Amino acid sequence: MDEIVDPRSVDRPNSYIGKSVPRPNVKKLVEGRGQYVDDIVLPRMVHVAFVRSPHAHARIAGIDPAEALAVTGVLRVFTGKDLEPHCDPWVAVLAHLKGMKSAPQRPLPIDRATWVGEAVAAVVAETRASAEDAAAKVNVAYEPLPAAVDMETALEPGTHVIHPDLGDNLCFQRVNESGSVDTAFAAAHKVVEATFHTARHTGLTLEPRSILADYNRASGKLTVHHSTQAPHMVQGVFAQHLRLPEGDVRVICADVGGSYGIKVHVYPDEVAVAAIAKIMARPVKFIADRLESFSSDIHARDHRIKGRMAVDADGRIAAIDIDDLTGIGPYSVYPRTSAVEGNQVVNLVGGPYDFANYRARTTVVFQNKTPTCQYRAVGHPIATAVTEGLIDLAAEAMGLDPVEFRRRNLMADGSYPRTSPAGMKFEGLSHFASLDKLLAMIDYPALRAEQERLRGAGIHRGIGLAAFIELTNPSPFMYGIGGARISAQDGCTVRIDPDGSVVAATGVTEQGQGTEGIIRQIVAEGVGVPIEQVRVITGDTLTTPYGGGTWACRGAGIGGEAALQSALAVKEAALRVAAAMLQSRPEALDLAGGEIVERGTGQSGGRSRLALSELARIVYFRGDTLPPDLPRELMQTRHFITKEYPFAFTNGIQAAYLEVDVETGLVKLLRHWCVEDCGRIINPLLVDEQVRGGIVQGIGAALYEECPYSPDGQLLIGSMADYLVPMAAEMPDIEVGHVETPTRESLLGAKGAGEAGTAGAPAAIMNAINDALRPFGAKVHAQPFTPERILAALGKVPAI
Amino acid sequence: MKAPPLSYVRAATLTEAFQLWRGAGPDARLLAGGQTLLATLAFRLSDPGTLIDISRLRELRGIAQVGTAAVRVGALTTHAELGRHELIRSHVPLIAEAVPLIAHPAIRNRGTIGGSLAFADPAAELPACCIALDAAVIARNAADERRIPAAQFFTGLYTTALRPYELIAAVEFPVAKAGERAVILELARRSGDYAMAGIAAKARLAGATLVDPQIVFFGLGERPVLAQAAMAAISGQQVLAGTIAAAQAALATDLDPPADQHGSPQTKRHLAGVLLARALKRMAGIEDARAA
Amino acid sequence: MSTHLDITLTVNGERVSRRVEARRHLVDFLRLDLGLMGSHAGCEHGFCGACTVRVDGAVVRGCLVLAAALDGAQVETIEGVSDTGEIRELQEAFIARNAAQCGYCTPGMLLTAAELLRQNPAPTREEIREHLSGNYCRCTGYHAIVDAVAAAAARRQSGVDGRASEKEAITTADARPPTADRLER
Repeated sequence: MDEIVDPRSVDRPNSYIGKSVPRPNVKKLVEGRGQYVDDIVLPRMVHVAFVRSPHAHARIAGIDPAEALAVTGVLRVFTGKDLEPHCDPWVAVLAHLKGMKSAPQRPLPIDRATWVGEAVAAVVAETRASAEDAAAKVNVAYEPLPAAVDMETALEPGTHVIHPDLGDNLCFQRVNESGSVDTAFAAAHKVVEATFHTARHTGLTLEPRSILADYNRASGKLTVHHSTQAPHMVQGVFAQHLRLPEGDVRVICADVGGSYGIKVHVYPDEVAVAAIAKIMARPVKFIADRLESFSSDIHARDHRIKGRMAVDADGRIAAIDIDDLTGIGPYSVYPRTSAVEGNQVVNLVGGPYDFANYRARTTVVFQNKTPTCQYRAVGHPIATAVTEGLIDLAAEAMGLDPVEFRRRNLMADGSYPRTSPAGMKFEGLSHFASLDKLLAMIDYPALRAEQERLRGAGIHRGIGLAAFIELTNPSPFMYGIGGARISAQDGCTVRIDPDGSVVAATGVTEQGQGTEGIIRQIVAEGVGVPIEQVRVITGDTLTTPYGGGTWACRGAGIGGEAALQSALAVKEAALRVAAAMLQSRPEALDLAGGEIVERGTGQSGGRSRLALSELARIVYFRGDTLPPDLPRELMQTRHFITKEYPFAFTNGIQAAYLEVDVETGLVKLLRHWCVEDCGRIINPLLVDEQVRGGIVQGIGAALYEECPYSPDGQLLIGSMADYLVPMAAEMPDIEVGHVETPTRESLLGAKGAGEAGTAGAPAAIMNAINDALRPFGAKVHAQPFTPERILAALGKVPAI
Repeated sequence: MKAPPLSYVRAATLTEAFQLWRGAGPDARLLAGGQTLLATLAFRLSDPGTLIDISRLRELRGIAQVGTAAVRVGALTTHAELGRHELIRSHVPLIAEAVPLIAHPAIRNRGTIGGSLAFADPAAELPACCIALDAAVIARNAADERRIPAAQFFTGLYTTALRPYELIAAVEFPVAKAGERAVILELARRSGDYAMAGIAAKARLAGATLVDPQIVFFGLGERPVLAQAAMAAISGQQVLAGTIAAAQAALATDLDPPADQHGSPQTKRHLAGVLLARALKRMAGIEDARAA
Repeated sequence: MSTHLDITLTVNGERVSRRVEARRHLVDFLRLDLGLMGSHAGCEHGFCGACTVRVDGAVVRGCLVLAAALDGAQVETIEGVSDTGEIRELQEAFIARNAAQCGYCTPGMLLTAAELLRQNPAPTREEIREHLSGNYCRCTGYHAIVDAVAAAAARRQSGVDGRASEKEAITTADARPPTADRLER
């Protein structure tokens, strides 16, 4: 990682891009002076607690709020029937996912509860505590119904169909095929296969889902303080479903305490809060507590994948064939839909590799369980685990070192642009450069030697590799073409203020990854001012250009490009004015360090002619001194959308080094490495930290995190004692390296980086465990790799 | 996750505590460190109506030597105080070794030994250590005090031998003798977690043989399990592959672990065997590459 | 015996008197009664550490202490220890090293780290990880936090301006070659 820089000491004026500049917003966070939604207190604010279904599937025969209304401090109790006149239902499908179907969903259901934890009634009270007291007293008459809880049998005739109108429990199915898979398998030198499981798990954002909606009946304006990643999308959803003009809905997200995709979705209970605010015309706050978060935050990654790989005599992959099954909730989640994860699995398996014959099927079925949707790295961790697991099996079958097998099969550097057998378009990747860099970082021969030596002493260590691709900078091909009002473009407005300071308002948002920091760097460099003079505004639909928010690693590549282009446009406009003021030409001038200078030959530019603050003073207060027809737009807005590629794919490779205690099944993580190519890096420190955080989230999936259900659909975890997340004592130090293959789609050349760590980590851990267990012939392919699963693979306890 | 409505009162003296308790009825709960109680209230798993705060009772504080043979620890001693007290480190080293395994620093700053023993979580460390060390629980009610040997104190799942309106006043530990070895090992997915399986053991090392072993498992049943068959198998034996195997085999009699989130009964039994071997080797001073 | 009590305690050096519901835990008291929003509730059952504050000099879980039990106590929150400058080196290290991303775990993390450094001024990385093992962070993966605490410790150890040792404490990766400037159109 580059040395962390003091912004005043950069080698060229304002050359912030590529430097590890500390973020401007961390100071308030370390002083406990951020502003999260729950920190906001408004006059006459009331609180919501939800009554949640204890049944996986039940008819709601009646709701009696009488006892609840008698609790001191309680104001109202709302049911689905109460909200129906005020809020239109939604259906979460995408037209380009052919055949996808889902049932209409309401903020509170009217007829049936369809998962344990679904909100069926809302209690509004003066305090959260009294709302909870009352929620316990709302009498709901349930008539339990059979539940569909096993995805393997979801489509069998005996299984209850959750939505009879849909005909069956199938949400979406797709086969992605190219080449001649069956021929390739028939002719294969070796075939390896395995069944992989990734466990249903949840994001556990430390700040729970939070919303404070306020409706002013006099002005007709709905103002929503929301812990969300996509305020404009939320604005659109509330406007559409609560029947308000978009201009009357304002969504603000200030500080967001972690999101990772969990907070980019439309939650029925949050829509209920907005509807209640509209009805009651006062501020209504809902902060999900940890208990309800487990069953009401979206889950993800509940997959069973059967995978096969055919290999020829030279150790080259001839074909890959996978069959993916995933169980979602009873509704597809709005608006991104719950079929995208499966769809990405079939798009991404085999991604880094050069082979011709591919078949991948995904079957997405409804279940009476918590709804699922996009969560950090969507589908990539699954696809990478399957791919890299098959790669290691194939390497073993061929008697080849896992590195050598990858060398024979990775797509060659310089072989781009090209399209994968799954149909993914790659502009430029660096698999070999990344692999070489990784092997140098880990000192592969030394690790193998150490592994060998320690095996003799009964200590079992493993090295696991995972190459991966990661989609970033999404175009409308991801959602827009399917009819979803999800914006793939983004905008930035840059303005010079009278004192020469610069304000940048952007449609991409901050949840801790450093969006405000990198926008500040880009704008400061683009305009040519010291970074301390730049302020960034994010997370407010009223004051920022229309944008998509932050998801699918688009903040740097798309938001950053819009910021750069608008910053350059402002600079160009300022130089036009300066040329007029100085009787020069714009081409002879430059803006650096907040000064108009002669465009010089040296690195530091030429002589200062005019301070930017002086130019701004003249423009704003003494416009009479400028030529009458001179354009003087010191505020410029630019929007950016990618042009040629549906996604800017990135690539990377990870290595995990760990030790398995073969007597107890416990895994000790020793070290972890990642080489990541995310194109041009704007802030190396921030990219490294995103990679690290993402890796640890992937480690959580690999070793700890699981949302198990009972046969009757009860969620078996409900506290942080039973849902295990990675904590500091067990995590390794993580070394990150980079290769940079910029994209030519933009000036900035930046791709995204936020999800790469999570994409590769579970596969690296799995391969390392299996490498450690190789002397025993034991293999694990079902996440999380718990001690019991490892012991069962070793034959020390019965198989589960 | 707000607690249900409740009443609160603070006792200034032990006498007052008992009076308030009688007045509030048997459902009322005593509040000491609150580290377990408040979490159960957040989940609305209990609805005590009244909390009687005993956390400031001086009568229940302090660690002092009792004669030459015992150390008396007041029930309100926090885990943090327990772990750093000189008398514990020198005379009851097993407890000093157990304390860092309990939860995390912020919990240890408030959680108390009395609270831990009274709650009797089957996966907790201190109850098992008390049994391994032949400690005695000093119980008080309004009239009297009585000694309950630790081995008789834990009677079932979250259940102890305390009678209504009786509280733990102190715990008495025998001072560690010369030649005594004690060990606590636990297998946990993460530092501070409740153990998947744990062992607390004590024995006297005479030459190379283990004499008078006291072996207790936690996390493997409704309450800590004194592994009497395993103890009999290893008592007076050297720690060798054969004697370890015999002790492990004897565990089949001692343990009947229920399944839990960490595994099946077979998995739990297997882990118990691994812990037994490691604990025996540790007490015998045998180097083992696989420290738990 | 009452469902509401009058309490008087000192919070960040200020004496405060309030009437509180008996069931209200300390972090809700700080946030709802005193408007001190720096301490966060992340789980309300003692596991995540976001609510960590100092009571009578020791860090505790704010969700596992009743305000009613704190009559006469001294409470310090992140706002207080920021204002006194007590944790300045830790805060500066967190900023420099980007050991805070979303910031939600940060106040609890800082208070816990401050207690570690008071008890153990030169902790190893393992000791830092172990002491922070009860503070959940979902954003950073902990590596940067460990670096920052180590850097702050080194800075304190080396005196007023221990910049050199601070840099050593931050793990480094190889330098990156400069990329060509492509910003001019």
